[in-house]
Amino acid sequence: MEKMTIQELKRMANHIRRGILTSVYHAGAGHPGGSLSAAEVFTWLYFREMNIDPTNPRWPDRDRFVLSKGHTAPGYYAAMAYRGYFPVEELSTLRKLGSPLQGHPCMQHLAGVDMSSGSLGQGISAAVGMALAGKMDKRSYRVFTLLGDGELQEGQVWEAAMFAGHRKLDNLCVIIDNNGLQIDGKVEEVCSPYPIEDKFKAFRFHVISVLDGNDMEQVEKAFDEAKTIQAKPVAIVLKTVKGKGISFMENQPSWHGKAPDKKEYERAMLELDKIQEAL
Amino acid sequence: MTERKKMATRESYGKALLELGREHEEVVVLDADLATATKTGIFQKEFPQRHIDCGIAECNMMGIAAGLAATGKVPFVSTFAMFAAGRAFEQVRNSIGYPGLNVKIAATHGGISVGEDGASHQCNEDLALMREIPGMVVINPADGVETREAIKAVYEHKGPVYLRLGRMEVPIIHREGEYRFTIGKGELLRKGRDLTIVATGLCVSSALEAAEGLLKKGIEAEVMNIHTIKPLDEELVLASAKKTGRVVTVEEHSILGGLGSAVSEVLAENYPVKVLRIGIRDTYGESGRAEQLLEKYKLDGKGILEQIEGWLSRSI
Repeated sequence: MEKMTIQELKRMANHIRRGILTSVYHAGAGHPGGSLSAAEVFTWLYFREMNIDPTNPRWPDRDRFVLSKGHTAPGYYAAMAYRGYFPVEELSTLRKLGSPLQGHPCMQHLAGVDMSSGSLGQGISAAVGMALAGKMDKRSYRVFTLLGDGELQEGQVWEAAMFAGHRKLDNLCVIIDNNGLQIDGKVEEVCSPYPIEDKFKAFRFHVISVLDGNDMEQVEKAFDEAKTIQAKPVAIVLKTVKGKGISFMENQPSWHGKAPDKKEYERAMLELDKIQEAL
Repeated sequence: MTERKKMATRESYGKALLELGREHEEVVVLDADLATATKTGIFQKEFPQRHIDCGIAECNMMGIAAGLAATGKVPFVSTFAMFAAGRAFEQVRNSIGYPGLNVKIAATHGGISVGEDGASHQCNEDLALMREIPGMVVINPADGVETREAIKAVYEHKGPVYLRLGRMEVPIIHREGEYRFTIGKGELLRKGRDLTIVATGLCVSSALEAAEGLLKKGIEAEVMNIHTIKPLDEELVLASAKKTGRVVTVEEHSILGGLGSAVSEVLAENYPVKVLRIGIRDTYGESGRAEQLLEKYKLDGKGILEQIEGWLSRSI
């Protein structure tokens, strides 16, 4: 694949947003809010950062990705579809009987999924295991995992962080989609995970804060810095907007886990069309 | 009965793991600060790079094992049964079971024979919990020889396995070098026509003792060793039940959900006969020496004999 420009990546992120809306709309259920907030990072990982080959999804030296916040599968699937793992048309089968696009990612249903996930806090441990294997075998692949900020309330996240820091797994990159909202409201009101950066620093991570994780240039800068870090795992904390790109979904906890109706879907797609024209 | 040589199944596990590690480079071992107790320390000594101490964090350990397996390694994960099957149940279910990853969970300190540590560490629920997970093979060896053979079979099997091991020394009932272990194939140890005793783990040798006692009363008991709780050797159980018409299950585990339940389910669906489930009867254990506890909870040879005799006198 030829290297995409920032402008092309921005357009791709918008396609991924369309994919999210379309799949969730056809499913009549799913998690648009946290998928939309992570559209830039999904795009960055699948179209710029990761050393992968969609035609050879089990290639032993590939970079790995674990979607620890598994409920945002619609964003993940859209990125995979546009990257060529399966036809984009299949996105409308999300959550339907017989579809490889399970409600939460399953590696046995869909080639290219490196780890099944969905139960929060567990994906990061599997990612740590993959990174550890890479170190043991002296392979050069890297492992990326994406967590939600609400997910940081799970104790297992910190067990995994302690282990990764202790083992100096510099082939591991933990990304936190800090959109600030969870099902019951604002993360800082439900049970605050803040300060996120200090916690990862305490677990001996190199921490990179991104003020606007929906800005592709800032995402690029963060990942460029991440690859230079040695002898420490990296945590990239992306401040994002939940529901990003759809006016009526932005910063609304109610859009964490519901599908738009026909009217809302059409309105959302029109908004994305306008963004596309401007890009 | 002649005095048999004794060995803890955890001890045999540690040695078998070392042999396996020498043969197969992809075998890695994970522990959670219990390498001395689980005996994975034996492996650690020779292969420090392939022994991963995860610290006291069992849930994370299961996830790390899943990640390692996803890259082609064959992880053997050890901690106490309470923490492997209990604390980390959902990690085992979702990160190992659901994706069908090739992780071997070898949990030591199953049952009340943990002894002095008391009920908080005596897991009488692990077989039931692990049996519930689709695709999970559940094995509970009877002695050191069987453990060693089981470890080889567990390695050959592709997919998740839960293996229960014990802390206390138990009599060796199998012949070293002669014994063949096949996952899912029970072992008929003694033929009889009046009664079938289906036993597992350290209760197998006690069941044989009880059968000797029954013989003195003129009752010929058939005794089988069911080392694989899942998949259960239904054929063997049914054939024996059809012959004797009465089945007793014996396990160092709750009578809810373990061997007793597995055998009862098969019988209820195919050939209903009366069943006596011998095990822990919906209660917690307590502190004491292992042999004292087995005596108190009637899981030694004498206790099993007593329970069977009582049942026979009530039910016939």
